[in-house]
Amino acid sequence: MTKEQLLEKLTAIVKPYVQNEEGFKNLNEETDFINDLEINSANLVDIILDVEDEFDIEIDNDSMENMLTVKATIQIIQNKMNA
Amino acid sequence: MNRVVITGLGVVAPNGVGLQEFTDAIQKGKSGITFHQELKEKGFSCCIGGIPKISEEKIAQYLTPLQLRGFNSTSILYGCISGVDAWKDAGFSVDENSILDYDAGIIFGTGTSGIEKFRESIYKIDDNKVRRLGSTSVVQTMASGISAYLGGILGVGNQITTNSSACTTGTEALLLGFERIKTGKAKRMLVGSSSDSSLYSWGGFDAMRVMTYKHNESPEKGSRPMSASASGFVPGSGAAALVLESLESALERKATIYAEVLGGNINSGGQRNGGSLTAPNAEAVQRCIKDALVDAKISADKIDAINGHLTATSKDALEIRNWTIALNRKGENFPLINSLKSQIGHCLAASGAIESVATVLQIKDQLVFPNINCDDIHPEISELIHKDKIPQKLIKKEINFLAKASFGFGDVNACVIFKKYLDN
Repeated sequence: MTKEQLLEKLTAIVKPYVQNEEGFKNLNEETDFINDLEINSANLVDIILDVEDEFDIEIDNDSMENMLTVKATIQIIQNKMNA
Repeated sequence: MNRVVITGLGVVAPNGVGLQEFTDAIQKGKSGITFHQELKEKGFSCCIGGIPKISEEKIAQYLTPLQLRGFNSTSILYGCISGVDAWKDAGFSVDENSILDYDAGIIFGTGTSGIEKFRESIYKIDDNKVRRLGSTSVVQTMASGISAYLGGILGVGNQITTNSSACTTGTEALLLGFERIKTGKAKRMLVGSSSDSSLYSWGGFDAMRVMTYKHNESPEKGSRPMSASASGFVPGSGAAALVLESLESALERKATIYAEVLGGNINSGGQRNGGSLTAPNAEAVQRCIKDALVDAKISADKIDAINGHLTATSKDALEIRNWTIALNRKGENFPLINSLKSQIGHCLAASGAIESVATVLQIKDQLVFPNINCDDIHPEISELIHKDKIPQKLIKKEINFLAKASFGFGDVNACVIFKKYLDN
């Protein structure tokens, strides 16, 4: 799976949780879920569950704590998929 | 002490969702009781119940797609619909950017906010998937889920809480909100209660054999308060909400005033003198009604009509007896009395709120809605009060003072006195 394909899938996953549409329009690798998209921090665990379902991976607690930006999330997904 | 008036109503009932549909239904005596295959398949003795009908489109008007992700609580759904409706009915806007109102609060009762969600969570945990609960389990299973959802939707900053006192819950919520405004701690309180549509909520009552099993073929005839052929209650579900407001605030806003809350009382029989976890102490019930009149500063002869608790169990005659003693009125001198449960079943934690809305609508429209399914009045009841006091069809009448009572497991009682609002 290319990084572009991965980003496309991740964008679809976060969409329902986004509270800042402007930030969502400008979504890129540097986007921060809480600061740029104003996603409720409680919903971060839901995004992780959706990511697990979409990519058929399991994300451990340590990785979860780092999944705050698009870049870090893509990195973690790639690592898990290649593991 | 502030006078307290009612300026908004919202209701989600088995026989009508929304104020207009509900008003039409109760005036016609429309039953909201239907047969439920799911209950039959699970081996319930009572396979009938009252469940409000709500379309997906309607739900989408009240909850956002995000709120609906992993959503599985009818109690919160009904509570939110009735609460938002009541708030708008009172003339307030529902706007996520509204200014936080520290003078407005919420007391929204329930038995349990989301038993279906709770079940879902338990199955996941037992399957070693606790992390799969996500973020939705806690907020949908905490008892205060309904008031928490509503607090955010309305943006109110006074006390936001949940009460729970079995089938007294809704009437208790109303009186708690009343006290808060009366003593000046809030200017506006959204009060109400909700009860979910779930066989997991109803199962225990079926097991206690307090629900009727004789009307699975004739659901609309099943709920028979005050009838000689009453054979247990029919479970119902739904929610209702009322906006209570200080008279000063209501006049300032030029709000429509449905009625005044004149006073009330909440007490318990302490499970003594015949009272138990499941049965009422008659003396305490009588005292609750008498103390409500004292609190409202009116005499018993002023009461024009009563909306009873009257569930269609063997306790109906005892309740009527308690009213006759508390009011010292019987026979032809007894006020008109009705039970909304004949139309919608026993909505448990929601009953007090839904029935209070129905009671207030009687003041608004100056009428008494009909009882259904009691053309055969129980002989122990007809010995106490004249049969004409139990209307079988709608009666147009001047209604100035109305009493509404609810009683619940745990031997708890609540009685509220409503009055037609007059500007003097």
